[in-house]
Amino acid sequence: MKVTYTDVLVIGGGLAGLRTATGVKERGHDVILLTLVPPKRSHSAAAQGGMQASLGNSVMGRGDNEDVHFEDTIKGSDWGADQKVARMFVNTAPKAIRELAAWGVPWNRVKKGGRQAIINAEKVTITEEEDAHGLITARDFGGTKKWRTCYTSDGTGHSMLYAVDNKVHEQGIEVRERMEAIALIHENDRCYGAVVRNLMTGELVAYIAKATTIATGGYGRIYSVSTNAVICQGTGQAIALETGVATLGNMEAIQFHPTAIVPVGILTTEGCRGDGGVLRDVDGYRFMPDYEPEKKELASRDVVSRRMTEHMRKGKGVPSRYGDHLWLDITILGRKHIEKNLREVKEICENFLGIDPAEEWIPVRPTQHYSMGGIRTDHRGESQTLKGLYSVGEAACWDLHGFNRLGGNSVSETVVAGMLVSEYISDFCESEESAINVSTSVIEAALKCEQDKLDRLINNKDGEDTYVLRRAMEKIMMEKVGIFRNGKDLKEAVDELEQLIFRSHNIEVTRSKSLAANPALVNAYRTQMMLKVALTVAYGALLRTESRGAHSREDFPERNDKEWLNRTIMRWKDPDMTMPTVSYEDIEVEEMELPPGFRGYGKDMTIHHPKTEERQAMVDTMRLQTEEEGLDRIEVQRTLMPYSELLPEKYQGRNERLDERFDDER
Amino acid sequence: MNALTKGLMMKDKAARKIKINILRFDPNIPNDRPRIDMFELEEAPGMTLFIALNDIREHHDASLKFDFVCRAGICGSCSMLINGRPGLACRTLTSTMEPEIMLAPLPLFELIGDLSVYTGNWMRGLNERLETWIHTQEEVDVERLEERMEPELAEEIYELDRCIECGCCVAGCGTIQMREEFVGAVGLNKIARYRLDPRDKRDDDDYYELVGDEDGVFGCMTLLGCEDVCPKELPLQSKIAYLRRKMVEVGLNKKD
Repeated sequence: MKVTYTDVLVIGGGLAGLRTATGVKERGHDVILLTLVPPKRSHSAAAQGGMQASLGNSVMGRGDNEDVHFEDTIKGSDWGADQKVARMFVNTAPKAIRELAAWGVPWNRVKKGGRQAIINAEKVTITEEEDAHGLITARDFGGTKKWRTCYTSDGTGHSMLYAVDNKVHEQGIEVRERMEAIALIHENDRCYGAVVRNLMTGELVAYIAKATTIATGGYGRIYSVSTNAVICQGTGQAIALETGVATLGNMEAIQFHPTAIVPVGILTTEGCRGDGGVLRDVDGYRFMPDYEPEKKELASRDVVSRRMTEHMRKGKGVPSRYGDHLWLDITILGRKHIEKNLREVKEICENFLGIDPAEEWIPVRPTQHYSMGGIRTDHRGESQTLKGLYSVGEAACWDLHGFNRLGGNSVSETVVAGMLVSEYISDFCESEESAINVSTSVIEAALKCEQDKLDRLINNKDGEDTYVLRRAMEKIMMEKVGIFRNGKDLKEAVDELEQLIFRSHNIEVTRSKSLAANPALVNAYRTQMMLKVALTVAYGALLRTESRGAHSREDFPERNDKEWLNRTIMRWKDPDMTMPTVSYEDIEVEEMELPPGFRGYGKDMTIHHPKTEERQAMVDTMRLQTEEEGLDRIEVQRTLMPYSELLPEKYQGRNERLDERFDDER
Repeated sequence: MNALTKGLMMKDKAARKIKINILRFDPNIPNDRPRIDMFELEEAPGMTLFIALNDIREHHDASLKFDFVCRAGICGSCSMLINGRPGLACRTLTSTMEPEIMLAPLPLFELIGDLSVYTGNWMRGLNERLETWIHTQEEVDVERLEERMEPELAEEIYELDRCIECGCCVAGCGTIQMREEFVGAVGLNKIARYRLDPRDKRDDDDYYELVGDEDGVFGCMTLLGCEDVCPKELPLQSKIAYLRRKMVEVGLNKKD
């Protein structure tokens, strides 16, 4: 039996995992980071457009602050987010970006004086202030009141990932690559680490830790077309689910990005529209202003994706052998801008479509992009039901995004959550309750259980073909659990997925029998896991008989706060069962700083919560009173929904801005 | 509209048959010997080597090993020899090649099996050796306004920061064939990147310690295969030349 001990085990080497590792290392704890691929190759690198942080440096971002960022995030989430978590997040995001600046990210900077920009398809001149020169600039993104998305050209995730991984090098953190956690080790509702498979040799090793953190990203690959990297398969959520103790939250909340290229589903950043690009239909007509006169192409992602789908359903799509699509037109931005600020997009267009986006329109359509759901945690990033298990970033349902995430809030979340959760993990590791009280027999049993499963897959005879099950699942998710959903399709999806799970118990790894590096074996056990994750998505979507954010039910078009202002919680109590058990966690209106309201898109069809009106009146009164008393905006906020004591002490401070200088101006 | 987008719109023409030859070897299988397997498939419009190789794995040989992550030319995982030339498989369209294609693993790196190589390990070693992080004694106060930087300088740094550590330049390098410890264009580009960055307080004397020898900038024979094969079109030639001049200055001063 091979066992490795450490203080903190981090599973996943993207931005969230890396930043968690640096945080706990900084606090003096031993940490081992496991990753499927070298960290610099993780999916974080694919985040192109930017990171939201309310610096308010650029003239188009002046006046921005935590309050505006908070309001955008909550509205974007369709009131599904945890408002205290969102407050913690918006207060830490400026700190995160400033830390990253110090760590080497070459953020694009404000240049004083005038520059040309495209706003609403028209050329305008923006004049930047002298006092902002050289500070971090920002671009426009969907669903935001201010230009808040900070960027490095369109390689933001890449630069952030490299800077944080380099920090990990500097700190001498132990990173073990090509290692996959295939099960969690737990006893008495306490997580003690994971069974880990070496993807090169096939060896199984038990990693035992005081705290285990899952930072494995989303589960987009349960869909046949996704912008996600091929490793975003939801295995992190699956191993949490398979404990039977940890829970998953809001798995049905799936975001579709409006502009992935057809047919391969590679993303072109929201920055294309943020910088002034427009969407056009088969006639070359710019249709978004008809649907969303105010925000047009820069409505929230869920809204734009639905409007595009609606428009294609009206026969206005461009027919192709891969189905209908629409056009993204960035030619109006000019070659110079594209080659400087959208160069990844340009490369992608050249290499995958063979077109020059400065001259030609890009074929796009809405495509699965982000998983708002994930391992349900409290505000400290810890599972609510399995002690010692933490989760950060896209893998988690923390819950910053509710039912729709704003563009630019995801890379921001990875780093912010890493900063905060690493502090809570460190506190835990320094407490007595972190003692490792797991017996070797439990560890041994966990290892044996996993080895037996693998042996069974290799030795099974006349079993199911993994690929058949996998493709069936992907198709079900695409066709029945997509942008628009309905009860009939969802019911079929759930039944069919349950059947596939049943069949997946009998997978046979054919033609490739090695227990070492063996892609067929990997595909087999991951498919078993993915099926369970897919079922939680479909089942959650079937049960949620309302439309909220990215979850859109044609048969229940209203957002129904009266019955559905809650989070879906899934648990898989018995590994032999083929269905999860479901419960709901209320989102309390009485505690909200921003009570549920109208997001401002389309027609207001909200069925309000009985307590909303009362809470809104109360918030209004409190705001009026405190403002009359002369309290500043931060003190006003504190009276409405205190949260700052939830933050680690070192991150409780205010953020300096050009418009909010600290007294000892430097 | 060019040929490829037109291809998306139009009905199938008679699809081309392509032959993909793959150099295969699995070090985990005792007595396995290198061999070339040939797979024949029907080309689809917009088919990349990512699509083709996955097709082979799904329909012909489930044991075929290769690495893809982003499949969008961003992450640098899928470098291999494509008709003898290092490149990113994910963004190589089969339509740009003759119908018979030869694939081999990227040379010089540890082989995991077939087309899968362990570039990450090599890059990790390189980053540690060259200490590719910001060296500073200054504590950052994250509550305060960030340090200012000239917008043009930030863009210049980003230009070099775009390296994706794919290893193509290493595989295309003549020097490293003879000098195993050579840092390669990837390493020299990183030094150029940090040298440019005012946040890094190292000076040329420090960089000289890292690359001022024949395993560093003086080892480069200026064959410049690196620049030819870099998928990100980094300005490797000019950066290596400039760095060499700067390191020569340090070296000459040291002589005094």
